[in-house]
Amino acid sequence: MAAESKAAEGAELVFHPMDQFIVKPLFGDGTVNFFTITNVTLWMALTVLAIAGLMVIGTSRRATVPGRMQSIAELAYGFIRKMVEDVAGKDAVPYFPYIMTLFMFIVFSNFLGLLPAAFTTTSHIAVTAVMAVAVFVSVTVIGFVKNGTGFLGLFWIGAAPLPLRPILALIEVISYFVRPVSHSIRLAGNMMAGHAVIKVFAAFAPMVLISLGIGVVVTPLSILAITAIYALETLVAFIQAYVFTILTCVYLKDALHPHH
Amino acid sequence: MATDTTSGAHQAVSACLNEYGGAIGMPQLCGEWFGNQIFWLVVTLLAIFIILSKIALPRIAGVLADRQGAISNDLARAEDLRAEAVEVEKKYEKALSDARAEAQTIIAETKSEIKSQIDDEMASADAEIAVKAAESEKAISEIKAGAIDSVIEVAGDVARDLISAMGAQADRNQVETAVANRMKGRIK
Repeated sequence: MAAESKAAEGAELVFHPMDQFIVKPLFGDGTVNFFTITNVTLWMALTVLAIAGLMVIGTSRRATVPGRMQSIAELAYGFIRKMVEDVAGKDAVPYFPYIMTLFMFIVFSNFLGLLPAAFTTTSHIAVTAVMAVAVFVSVTVIGFVKNGTGFLGLFWIGAAPLPLRPILALIEVISYFVRPVSHSIRLAGNMMAGHAVIKVFAAFAPMVLISLGIGVVVTPLSILAITAIYALETLVAFIQAYVFTILTCVYLKDALHPHH
Repeated sequence: MATDTTSGAHQAVSACLNEYGGAIGMPQLCGEWFGNQIFWLVVTLLAIFIILSKIALPRIAGVLADRQGAISNDLARAEDLRAEAVEVEKKYEKALSDARAEAQTIIAETKSEIKSQIDDEMASADAEIAVKAAESEKAISEIKAGAIDSVIEVAGDVARDLISAMGAQADRNQVETAVANRMKGRIK
């Protein structure tokens, strides 16, 4: 990357697809400490503001016949509530606010990250891992609190033939502990990949300034590709939030009803 | 990398950045940024959780419950109104058939009344006619009788005049008796 940076002054294409993910202080050039106000802080704060705008200000009229904002807020509420009830069961309703919090944070971070020059907080494994581990730990604790040692029945599959059960138990335990890894990397990886690909195509876009002959073909193609990937990313932004949330519900269901 | 100052760029402040401020490898794997991100993530999630669970979710749940209540209220009221409409229609049908029946009885009553009136009128007219006819008959018979007397008288006068014309003195009573005798049996 350093070599590419040096080439910035020359008439060559410049690739910095990963620079958009750099965490930097908003004020000054200092190092990034625990409490430093960084671009992470800014975009997370914007997420909070956007959520408050939709869910609090949007519903402030409490209209029986809802307006646009209130409709969207009610839609989000109904969407996640139905998901919790359908996937995790009626007895998972007390956990609905936690799941709603995760969904709203992820979906708003993903969409805000799609704004040009934005910072995508959910593209960082540190962020998604904290949420995934939090889900993993809570679900495991809930499982043991609600079912006691009966929660271990999740790993001991009664439907399988007896000789197979220890092997299956081993596989189940491994897959159980891999859950937070896949849970977090799926979200961060999707967000990072999409944004990096857009940046790579964006780097190809000024080709026409360097070589008219090649650029005539490459520049429109890369602009078209940016548009297409952006559309795909809009879809992915929602789908990944949905996937993260529904997996949380599935894990919660395992904790509440460990017997298959 | 931070020691490279020949290019004139400012010193990198992080092990994850090169001297131009560009990323080295994946910024996602830069351990020195983890703490900052995790701290702000926890703050953010807490803020979102408090906003949602204290304000937004109860409010939306309330709005949805209110709407459900309003809808079921309206449905119940519509059901009531429908039942009322059916009842009113029944009442209307009943009133209509009652009115028809009443009209029929009124027609029948009126008919019979008119008939009896006509009968009465006919009877009285008949009686009157009978009286008038009897009176007329009497008058005719009186006139008839009157006419015969006149004829007898005239005949008597004529007979006396004839007798006197013949030069004889006619006795009044004699002539009258003779005329009466002659007339007897001819005029009833």
